[in-house]
Amino acid sequence: MEQEQLKEKIIALLPEAEFNVNKQYLDINVPSDKMHAFVKLLKESDDLKLDYLFCLSGVDWKTHFTIVYHLTSTFFGHSLVLKVKTTGRENPEVASVADIYATAEFHEREVYDLMGIKFSDHPDMRRLFLDETFIEGFPLRKDYKDEINIIER
Amino acid sequence: MSEEKKVIVELNENPEYIINMGPQHPSTHGVLRFEVSLQGEMVKYLIPHCGYVHRGIEKMCESLTYPQIIHLTDRLDYLSAHMNNEAVSLCVENALEIEVPERVKYIRSILSELNRIASHQLWWSAFGMDLGGLTCFFYGLRDREKILDIFEESFGSRLLHSFIVPGGLMHDIHPNFKKGITDFIKYFRKKLPEYNRFLTGNVIFQARTKGLGILSKEDAINYGITGPSGRASGFSCDIRKIEPYSAYPYVDFKEILYTEGDTFYRYVARMDEMVESMNILEQLVDKMPDGNEYTAKMKPVIKLPEGEYYQRVETARGELGVYIVSDGNKTPYRLKLRTPNFSNLFIMNKLASGFKIADLVAISGSLDLVIPDIDR
Amino acid sequence: MGYQRYDLAPLTHSIDLFLYNHLPATWAFIAEMTIIGVVFLIFYAVIGLYLVLAERKVCAFMQNRIGPNRVGWFGVIQTIADLFKLLMKELITIRKADKFLFNLAPFIVIIASFLGIAAIPFAMGLHAIDFNIGIFYIMAVSSIGVVGVLLAGWSSNNKYSLIGAMRSGAQIVSYELSVGLSLLVIAIYSGSLQLSTIVASQADAWWIIKGHIPAIIAFIVFITAGTAETNRGPFDLAEAESELTAGFHTEYSGIKFAFFFLAEYMNMFLIASVAATVFWGGWMPLHIPGCESFNNTMDFIPPICWYFGKTAIVILIMMWFKWTFPRLRIDQLLTLEWKYLLPINLVNIIVVALIVLMGWYIK
Repeated sequence: MEQEQLKEKIIALLPEAEFNVNKQYLDINVPSDKMHAFVKLLKESDDLKLDYLFCLSGVDWKTHFTIVYHLTSTFFGHSLVLKVKTTGRENPEVASVADIYATAEFHEREVYDLMGIKFSDHPDMRRLFLDETFIEGFPLRKDYKDEINIIER
Repeated sequence: MSEEKKVIVELNENPEYIINMGPQHPSTHGVLRFEVSLQGEMVKYLIPHCGYVHRGIEKMCESLTYPQIIHLTDRLDYLSAHMNNEAVSLCVENALEIEVPERVKYIRSILSELNRIASHQLWWSAFGMDLGGLTCFFYGLRDREKILDIFEESFGSRLLHSFIVPGGLMHDIHPNFKKGITDFIKYFRKKLPEYNRFLTGNVIFQARTKGLGILSKEDAINYGITGPSGRASGFSCDIRKIEPYSAYPYVDFKEILYTEGDTFYRYVARMDEMVESMNILEQLVDKMPDGNEYTAKMKPVIKLPEGEYYQRVETARGELGVYIVSDGNKTPYRLKLRTPNFSNLFIMNKLASGFKIADLVAISGSLDLVIPDIDR
Repeated sequence: MGYQRYDLAPLTHSIDLFLYNHLPATWAFIAEMTIIGVVFLIFYAVIGLYLVLAERKVCAFMQNRIGPNRVGWFGVIQTIADLFKLLMKELITIRKADKFLFNLAPFIVIIASFLGIAAIPFAMGLHAIDFNIGIFYIMAVSSIGVVGVLLAGWSSNNKYSLIGAMRSGAQIVSYELSVGLSLLVIAIYSGSLQLSTIVASQADAWWIIKGHIPAIIAFIVFITAGTAETNRGPFDLAEAESELTAGFHTEYSGIKFAFFFLAEYMNMFLIASVAATVFWGGWMPLHIPGCESFNNTMDFIPPICWYFGKTAIVILIMMWFKWTFPRLRIDQLLTLEWKYLLPINLVNIIVVALIVLMGWYIK
């Protein structure tokens, strides 16, 4: 399906979607309260069928965080990028899509572990790589300080 | 109460027989811990604990320039080193909209395919050894030495080369490169039937692997299992066919797909991939243009324009994704590596529950996990 | 018969007479037992050492490499060097292990295999224990080894060892049946359990030739079950190093580990000896009924060479399929025994009984 057709279908499903400039994929900003229902709709709708989540990442923009979802359809071959912004840096929380895509369960644990973004309704929200006893913070954040191991340029 | 304490209290109330396979274990092939709850010989559930090799590669990349990142990507899935380098190089080149010379494209694909064969040879050796046929280890490694000799002649190192850089290649290849590859293909085509006689047709091996750890196509898509493990379940995920890169649009090959999805077919999928890789290599070596250009013109300092770029590449174990968020500087703002082994690991609980310990070893061997890729 | 010129009975008899003439009766008895014990200990140690070297060389040949060849000509002194190394290793005591059982287990395993080897006829007149229940005695006594294995796994206080020991216990107990029943075939053919009678009855031809098809089936079943008995080859999941990091002997170090290791090789030697003795004629040269000149030439080779040659060939076969096949899983192993080997054995015995009654074999 071409990007123009995709754009129309997305607007039909979710009028609040904002589109970003991206040369590769169709890039959508979704408000965080409508995100879970929208993603479920994307997976289950017959003409979109975006059933493969191939990347889930967190980006630290210093004033807020963004969770980036890369989705593609194994039936039709089209892909798109969903972005969800958190409201600020204190206690960031986003709805979990682990019940829609099983792979998201572990990607979300990694994002929590390294960036501190909690996912609500996650079946097993705990750290993945770092130890349970690691209280010094979340290493991938831009304001993470470690005098011994990290040399600031 | 912390998580640890909760687990201990629960265990005191209903005791379970839990053994830890790893972090040091001969068959987890890396530093990975499986916490296995047993009932006699049967596995009730399995919790993988990763993170023993977490080196913070993504954080390190935020303070390194793009040519410096190449050396770190080698060390992800070290058995597919060329393909990891290619992923980051292609992402940077697409962002800067630079076209590399044709010859470079061909050499990059040749190196990817050679690396794929070498990786599958090592996998075969280790898989046979895990199941008890210790002689497999020597046969597979003996043949892999031929590929490593080709690499050593051209690049000076056997495993981690850092050869494919943004813009092209680090330096030109050795004059004997083409001849080395044609000799290797002739040699290996004769040896591969030996591998099949040794393991594939063996009654004991088939009894150990058929019908075990069946992965359905829906689960493969849902859990993101790519690579030969996913293709053995019918999930058509070969990036070389979906979004062809480098010289793959110029060659003709078929995607190895099976529908049964059990351990035996994951094994057969990799064996067939080795044959298919040799076919691709022959075509590439035939069509490779002569000359000695090995790089496009690049500025001395690489600065990506502001924006986001994603590149997908097919490594020996699945789909590697490189996601670069750039703010115009010479270091990336955020580099995310979507590694195949990270997604492939977490299907272990579903696949191995209900089977025996011996089957756990067979299943994890057939998924072909390389641990530094999981932890980054 | 030509081979009787190599009869060693006069030699042993003269030593016996010498002792009894020069010492009082009880002292002579003790001296005789001591001499036999020392000879057997040396034999056991030497054969054990060289079997390990042979395994490493055969394994290397199959894996396209050379094997030990630095220490001594063709690596002959390699195992002695390894023995010194093992003797000098630290004996790590596990704090929470059951100390008495932990130390006892390797000894039980060694004693079981030692007792078995004592009953094998090595050459004409060189037969230490010649019971009239020869085969039965060997089987009974080698079964004591399983107690050692179970004790080792339990007393190590290690979950891996326990799993390995449980697997091994189940495996050995099951395969005892097949070993016994396949030997029973030859017992029916020869009419006796005594090993010297069985060997003597093969003077005209070996039982594997005389007993035709049932004997061949019994031989194949015996080799399979015997390999499983000794935790070797495709049946070695009790010590499957890629699954359980050395199974029941994980916690043993130094000389205690050497005992388990040695006992495994000597058990293999015992099974190979029993196979060679019962099916292939023991120390009896190869005779074809009717060819006098052929038989006379065969008789020139001393019986002890025949015995060691046959045992070596059976050992080579056992090593061959260890390094070729992958491992069986525990349930596949037990299925093989209870659903395949046992019915084959039982049917074989009935067929043999019928054959012996009707006289349909070469007498």
